[in-house]
Amino acid sequence: MTALRDTQAAAVPGRRGRVRRTALLLVVLLAGAVAASMLVGAGHLPPAVVADALFGDGPVTPQSLVVTDVRLPRTVLAVLAGAALGVAGVLAQGMTRNPIAEPGLLGLNSGAALAVVLAIGLFGVSTLTGYVWFGFAGAALAAVVVGGVAGIGRSGTVSPAALALAGAAVAAGLGSVITVFLLTNPALFDDYRFWQVGSVAGRDLSIAAQAAPFIVAGLVIALTCGPRLNALALGDDVARSFGRRPGADRLVCGIALVLLAGAATAAAGPIAFVGLAVPHLLRGLTGPDHRTLLPLALPAGPALLLLADVLGRVVIPPGEVQAGVVTAVIGAPLFVALVRRRRVVR
Amino acid sequence: MDAPQAAPLARPGGAPPHDAGGTGREDAGVLRGLRARRRRRLLVSGAAIAAAVVIAFVVTLSVGARPVAPLDVLAALTGSASPGTELVVLRLRLPRALTALLVGTALGLAGALFQRLLRNRLASPDIIGISAGASAAAVAGTVLLGLSATGVSVAAVLGALATTALILALTHRDGLHGVRFVLVGVGIGSGLLAVVSFLMIRASLTSAQENLVWLTGSVNQADWSRTVPLTVACAALVPAALVLARALPRLELGDDTATALGLPVGRVRLALIAVGVLLVAAAVAAAGPVSFVALVCGPLATRAAGPGRGSLPHAAGIGALLVLASDLVARYLVADVALPVGVVTGAIGAPYLLLLLARARTRGTT
Repeated sequence: MTALRDTQAAAVPGRRGRVRRTALLLVVLLAGAVAASMLVGAGHLPPAVVADALFGDGPVTPQSLVVTDVRLPRTVLAVLAGAALGVAGVLAQGMTRNPIAEPGLLGLNSGAALAVVLAIGLFGVSTLTGYVWFGFAGAALAAVVVGGVAGIGRSGTVSPAALALAGAAVAAGLGSVITVFLLTNPALFDDYRFWQVGSVAGRDLSIAAQAAPFIVAGLVIALTCGPRLNALALGDDVARSFGRRPGADRLVCGIALVLLAGAATAAAGPIAFVGLAVPHLLRGLTGPDHRTLLPLALPAGPALLLLADVLGRVVIPPGEVQAGVVTAVIGAPLFVALVRRRRVVR
Repeated sequence: MDAPQAAPLARPGGAPPHDAGGTGREDAGVLRGLRARRRRRLLVSGAAIAAAVVIAFVVTLSVGARPVAPLDVLAALTGSASPGTELVVLRLRLPRALTALLVGTALGLAGALFQRLLRNRLASPDIIGISAGASAAAVAGTVLLGLSATGVSVAAVLGALATTALILALTHRDGLHGVRFVLVGVGIGSGLLAVVSFLMIRASLTSAQENLVWLTGSVNQADWSRTVPLTVACAALVPAALVLARALPRLELGDDTATALGLPVGRVRLALIAVGVLLVAAAVAAAGPVSFVALVCGPLATRAAGPGRGSLPHAAGIGALLVLASDLVARYLVADVALPVGVVTGAIGAPYLLLLLARARTRGTT
């Protein structure tokens, strides 16, 4: 791999500087997004009050409670889920060598959704720690079905149409099963409709704390995946000639993908298109090397999800639009634009 | 069903011999034989489907809280049964059975039409976002505007039309590229479905549950106020679709050849899309987006009738059979709960689509 790295570095002399500038830009953007998430909301709170509630040791007031119990948890959850989804998107697109791959299209969301419904409806599980395991199992199972049908295991190249349709088919089939449970159990339906919209609001810090270990584990594995994804990008035969084992590489990346998407979905509900958008934005900024894409997705994913969440808070006052809806409404046109580019479809 | 041994290559009592040289005569004979065989297959499979539809229709009318014997059902339909039986059969059950029949017909026909027009077996209206457009408009109608049943139907029709127009506008640039059309539709559909789930949490629990039933596709609430518009729409659209479909074999030769043959390609294609979308819209307005019916009927019809023009009426019949049978299953799947028919079609359709995809992949035709 060293030889490969040297040639890549030599080919693009200004690359390192560009990566550094992009990283700095993204971190600043993320800091701004975090600040906006703490400052913007239904009620106006002056920055001093917010800072005091977070760092001061003044008395507990209604305003400080808004900051610590409402805005802080959703900001933390958005950072965690955004990082997980952004990195998962890089993994999904790299693994499938497919520019429209993302965790949602791979069926991970609907698998996790069915598992969560079964957990609540059949087994009476009501804590996120309970859901998370079901979420993983469901996400993994759906990923295996969609991946198998679309043919990820075979050559590594997946036709965009096969992928999108396999994801849509799995989502629709699982949706039918979910509907049976929802129609026979109104209380379950009431929980489910709020979970399924995809939101980081109204979840307390313990949810973020429960999802965090899984997301951190997924991120740690994912950050070792840069060389693996670079090798997979060459095609299986060339990768083998470099001494890589494509099957093993794909398995490790797949485990990280399921951990990240499963935990993010269990905690925040299905949030669409973050995983699609982040890799495209980053590739446009720094090029296709996965060793830079993966770490850069760490600030980029949260920044995007936070901005979507903040936008949702101000767009229809006094109500708010959930982050999952904002990302879908912004993401769908992006998806269409990608598909309209000739390169994606043959 | 196609009984190959009963279809000899040359008809025994065929046309009188034509003295045009040995090989030419043999070719003509083979061709005639193939045509005869194909016609027989069309008739046999068509009759089988029609018979199955009639049986499913009569069974739908006869089962329920108060069972009615099939002969009494026929008597009620011809107006010679007791008033009590007539009430049950004609007033209570006929709208539901007719709705299921027509919804299946419309979806099956529209699905097969889209699949042939876009030359892609996966291009059915529920996959390419048309049903999602109808759903989003209908749910917005109930949740934001508080529309009644009729209003919801109108909203669904408008939603389907607007979504199709949008997809067409976005993909028209370089002709009608099947795969791109499908993918753009999938993208738009997923955006619209997020809007639907957003609306679902703004609704009250009762309203959300009613919407959930509608979104799954159901004929439980069928009554004459919905069945009559559906019947009128189908009476106009089904013949129109079948007449317009006569252009399909020429369209399938490619745009250039079809134009050379004197076919106004652009207008014919637009007319076919319009009829297909209106069929979908009429079905969705009456019963909600019943999933996968449109998708599976085309390939099943081709299997029954062989490829070609005959497969469209077959697709319509298979659609009717599928919705009638699925509705019967849905009624008795969970005790005391009348599940919407879409639950059953979704559970059957999804594995079927996956199978189709897996096979298309191994043949490299996706």
